[in-house]
Amino acid sequence: MDLKCEQVWLLISDYVDGELLAPVRADMDRHLATCTRCTAVLAGTKNLVQLYGDERMFSVPLDFSPALHRRLSQQTRPERGAAFTWALSLAGAGLATAAMLLFSLPRFTPPTMRAPMSQPALRAPIANLVVVSDDGKTFHVPGCTYIHGKSRMIPVEEAMKEGFNPCIRCEAELIHRTETNQPLSITRTPPSTRTPLPANSDFGD
Amino acid sequence: MSSQAKARSEGGGAPSAEIPALAYERALLERIRHGERDLFAELIRPYERRVYITALAILQNEADAQEVAQEAILKAFAHLNQFRGDSRFSTWLTRVTINEARMRRRKQHGEIMKPFNELESEDDEGQFIPQDFADWREIPSEELERKEVRDLLRKALASIADKYREVFVLRDIQHLSIEETAEAIGITPGTVKTRLLRARLMLRDILAPGLGGIWTRPLAFEKGTKPWT
Repeated sequence: MDLKCEQVWLLISDYVDGELLAPVRADMDRHLATCTRCTAVLAGTKNLVQLYGDERMFSVPLDFSPALHRRLSQQTRPERGAAFTWALSLAGAGLATAAMLLFSLPRFTPPTMRAPMSQPALRAPIANLVVVSDDGKTFHVPGCTYIHGKSRMIPVEEAMKEGFNPCIRCEAELIHRTETNQPLSITRTPPSTRTPLPANSDFGD
Repeated sequence: MSSQAKARSEGGGAPSAEIPALAYERALLERIRHGERDLFAELIRPYERRVYITALAILQNEADAQEVAQEAILKAFAHLNQFRGDSRFSTWLTRVTINEARMRRRKQHGEIMKPFNELESEDDEGQFIPQDFADWREIPSEELERKEVRDLLRKALASIADKYREVFVLRDIQHLSIEETAEAIGITPGTVKTRLLRARLMLRDILAPGLGGIWTRPLAFEKGTKPWT
């Protein structure tokens, strides 16, 4: 089959790549043997494919590979295990919580003790003298019948510092007498003759 | 295609024959996926040149090509889980590189810098008529030792439209097969063949007048010898 030049140009690429079937290639060869123009086109195409395919045509810069592998080594560092990440996160969260608690929570205040035995003698006049026993835990108004053992007299303030609590039996009387400017009794006062306690007294029986 | 080029095309530059090279590549991929991340450097080593030259062919600037080639390889590492093994790793890597380079080119120039011949006609089917140069003087490959010859060939390549240049670079410079080229660019094998033919004939037309005066000098081959005979 005789090929025209236009048909040959369309097949030139496949001819160069060796992808034509044998009969078509034979037709091309016959045409090329007589056509100088198509021969020049084929020669140029083959030459260019050879030149551009040569490794000398394009060279890779010397610093390309080292720079690439430097960046790559930063990216491909082994990942730490998930457990490590979790532990690190938990530790951070714990520290943050502790810091928040330390700086934001109000100072600890002990709860108010409600039992009369445990109430400090806040209302007792601190300058007044009271009686304490070395083997006791309470202080008393002089003359209180509940004083036992070797006793001594010290101010209320000092008794409180030493850890004595007020005697619930005589402390109310001490406060009441102080508030009403009555002298403290050295001698025992029978309960029946005592001044009645105010209705709202914390130390009332 | 020469046997050396064919071997490069089949083996992708890997050190051994096709099947062992592919098996080794698959084994590397498995190990990387199971946590041996540092092996990625070994996986891409045979394709560094291909990635760089692909980026260079699209961007026409060495500094940009270096940067984009690095970015493409890092992106391939970051998205390795998206490579399902339907194609060869080298083809997938080439596609990632082409996409990265195209994105850079769009950012830099937009459509304003589109080559004239690309704006003129988007039709691949129209017949290309080669200019009527009565003869072609062969440029021997030894001439590639001269920087001026290489520069002229590069300028000729830069002057053709992107879509033809991409196909030409993958097929005739990287020695990818028609199918690999089609897959890397995202076009059909038929379109690859059409664009390749156009690219070759256009380059031949650009260079036929004589490589910027090179034909005025005596060439290192006997006059009248036809390279195809």
